[in-house]
Amino acid sequence: MSLVNFTTREITCKIVYYGPGRSGKTTNLHYIYGRVPEARRGRMVSLATQTDRTLFFDFLPIDLGTISGFTTRFQLYTVPGQVYYNATRRLVLHGADGVVFVADSQARQLDENLESLQNLQANLLELGVDIRTLPVVLQYNKQDLPRDLVLLPAELDDAMNFRGVPSFPSDALHGVGVFETLKGISELVLRRLAAGATA
Amino acid sequence: MTSALNPRYSLDTLVVGAANRLAATAGRTVAENPGSAYNPLFIYSGSGLGKTHLLMAIGHQAKKLAPALTVEYLTLDEFVEAFHAAVAAGQGDAFRSRFQNVDLLLLDDVQFLADRKEMQAELLRLTEALQAAGHQIVLTSDRPPPEIADLDERLISRFSGGLVVDIGPPDYETRVAILRRKAEERGATLAGGVIEAVSAAEFKNVRELIGVLNRLVAYQATTGAPLDAAEARRLLGIAAAPARSEPAPDEFGDFVSDVAVTVGRAVEAWRARVAEAILRWEGEGYRSGRLEALLEHETPPAVDDAIRAYERDVERLRALEAEVAQLDGRAAGQSVFRDPDRLAEAEETAADVRAGVAPPPGPSPAFPLESFAVGPSNRVALRAVQEVLAQPGRRYNPLVLVGPSGTGKTHLLHAVGLELARRPGAAVACLSAPAFVDELIAAIDGNRVDWWRARYRRATALLLDDIHVIARKERTQEELFNLFNLFLDQERQLVCTTPGHPNTLSGVEERIVSRLAGGLVAELGEPDREVRRTVVERLLRQNQVEPDAALLDYLADRPEDSVRSVAGMVQRCLDAAAQQDQPLRAGLAREVLEGEAGQARRRASGFRTSGIVVSSAGGVRSREKMVWDWPDITERVIEDGR
Repeated sequence: MSLVNFTTREITCKIVYYGPGRSGKTTNLHYIYGRVPEARRGRMVSLATQTDRTLFFDFLPIDLGTISGFTTRFQLYTVPGQVYYNATRRLVLHGADGVVFVADSQARQLDENLESLQNLQANLLELGVDIRTLPVVLQYNKQDLPRDLVLLPAELDDAMNFRGVPSFPSDALHGVGVFETLKGISELVLRRLAAGATA
Repeated sequence: MTSALNPRYSLDTLVVGAANRLAATAGRTVAENPGSAYNPLFIYSGSGLGKTHLLMAIGHQAKKLAPALTVEYLTLDEFVEAFHAAVAAGQGDAFRSRFQNVDLLLLDDVQFLADRKEMQAELLRLTEALQAAGHQIVLTSDRPPPEIADLDERLISRFSGGLVVDIGPPDYETRVAILRRKAEERGATLAGGVIEAVSAAEFKNVRELIGVLNRLVAYQATTGAPLDAAEARRLLGIAAAPARSEPAPDEFGDFVSDVAVTVGRAVEAWRARVAEAILRWEGEGYRSGRLEALLEHETPPAVDDAIRAYERDVERLRALEAEVAQLDGRAAGQSVFRDPDRLAEAEETAADVRAGVAPPPGPSPAFPLESFAVGPSNRVALRAVQEVLAQPGRRYNPLVLVGPSGTGKTHLLHAVGLELARRPGAAVACLSAPAFVDELIAAIDGNRVDWWRARYRRATALLLDDIHVIARKERTQEELFNLFNLFLDQERQLVCTTPGHPNTLSGVEERIVSRLAGGLVAELGEPDREVRRTVVERLLRQNQVEPDAALLDYLADRPEDSVRSVAGMVQRCLDAAAQQDQPLRAGLAREVLEGEAGQARRRASGFRTSGIVVSSAGGVRSREKMVWDWPDITERVIEDGR
């Protein structure tokens, strides 16, 4: 997938929301979907199980209009969080321009977060991508839960943000931090334009 | 066919707000100075935002300021209908001239031009004519010109060449003002706060807003009691002052503007310049493949040079297209003139067009006006010619020079042509009717009647010698008829010669005869003595003979009936003088010209003076000379053998 196509003057960003099951990836997309004017968004494709778990992936195309002469589109994907859908995750990850890692802030979920992060790194490696070169941001979701259940952003940074990438506390259900996260990853992705990155 | 202007739609009743201020100001300016401010004025907006109101208001205002102005308002559909009706009735030209004479043309809903090539061509022609004549044209559409599907690029640039303004949806304050005015117009009294409450809701257009007011007024009329703001909101299903108290943050909008800043920073400046150039030139209808290719480079190439070169090519294309449009309107508007990457091809196309419209034959320099011999027999014709030269196309058109053979019609015709050709930008077609017919036949044969026609249509004057030759040549008459109409229409001069009055031409269609007779028919008589004397004198001087008065008088008195025969006579005398090695005097001329007696004497003198036996007739190579006039049989045999 090409991030910037100078011939057709298009910028297309593929952003993948990654993270353990039930961390709130689809919720992020739903909130964004609700905020994008109808004309600017495509149909949100959601392949979910009967219990509303993401089975395959969610896909939300957004049209940002013409920016600096470029038709700019964002494609937001989520991966299924459950461990046994790894092949699907790898497939969705293919060609990603940036990854939002959605972590569940609950203290008891920390191990799952770390496991999923390692899984991300492994999958990227298999795709031939070094996680250090790919734009990644962390989102610490569910920060609205009682203080005694969750870790604070600073604690989570210590626990899992080894490379010091941008991190955002959030409450995706109510939209807190959702667009901040999207802006954060977009900026990282788009900055690579400067390097003339035509993947 | 044309809609009347609705009197309710005036500038005074137009509520002006931020969304339509520019359009209203432009409209007022145009109404005050039609044809000079913004021409054309192109107004676009979504439905129900006041385009038609403004358009009609312009018409009213212009009419108010200058009642003599002719104003036509019509929708594009009416225009199309009128055109089709005119074409069906064979009145296409009448249709054109009708609209070309309108001072202010208001055309509504031109977006319906989409995919109507024929109408587009018609409108292009009309727009050009109106602009050229300084007449105003105002158009409205629901979208800007480049977005009208399949619109001719020349129309896009024409439309965009004046002023293109849009009208947005009215803001809150304008909505309040509109509702107040409309309520007032309907004589309805609404309780305080009702209008504000209604206006607080968003409406896509004014029509919807007025519909809401109508509902309120109707409801009030049935209940008989005034509504209050809360009831009005309930009735209309508007949430109580929703977003006003706590505006929902536009998270997506903020996100987009953030991304825009990032992209703006990330895209290198040179890429932004190229992208801007692409947007600009694509907007003007030029292909930008070459610039797009630049963007594929990793490192900045010589961007500014490339853009400059591209713009130079665009300029060249523009010049070529303008030139081609002048030569042959149909050849312009080709896509090749819009693609700088195909400049070479465009040059070729232009060259082809240029070659195709090589100028038609012009007047012969052998017949200048100065050498035209004037006398009472042709003074009227000369006077007519001078009038024509003073005001070509306007005074006497066509000018028909009538006279028997050899009276100087052709000379005068070419003389007019030479004089007309001196004017700047003149392209004078001057040729004989037989040559004209031959050209047409060759063009038909070569399947290039179009370019043949284009050559003549481009001429600024058409001069045809011996027009009676077109008798019974239907196709030539057809072409000539169309040319006549064009030339008369555009006040370009037509001059023809014919031996008899146009009314006596047989085998020439009545429509041509009547057009010829409708100009000025100037007659040239047989050369009078004055003319003959001038001609003789000039011919002699041309042959280095300094004539004495006796010779001139003698020759001028000879009753020749045409300039041609005068020339023949002078030639005979000159030949004889050369043969006898004598200066040409009246005596010798008399000898040559006066029959048997003269001949006898001449022969004797011939023998005597040179001692050589020469044929007395041999030197006088006149076709009129009869063989049996010759004295001696041996000479007759020699002559017969020639």
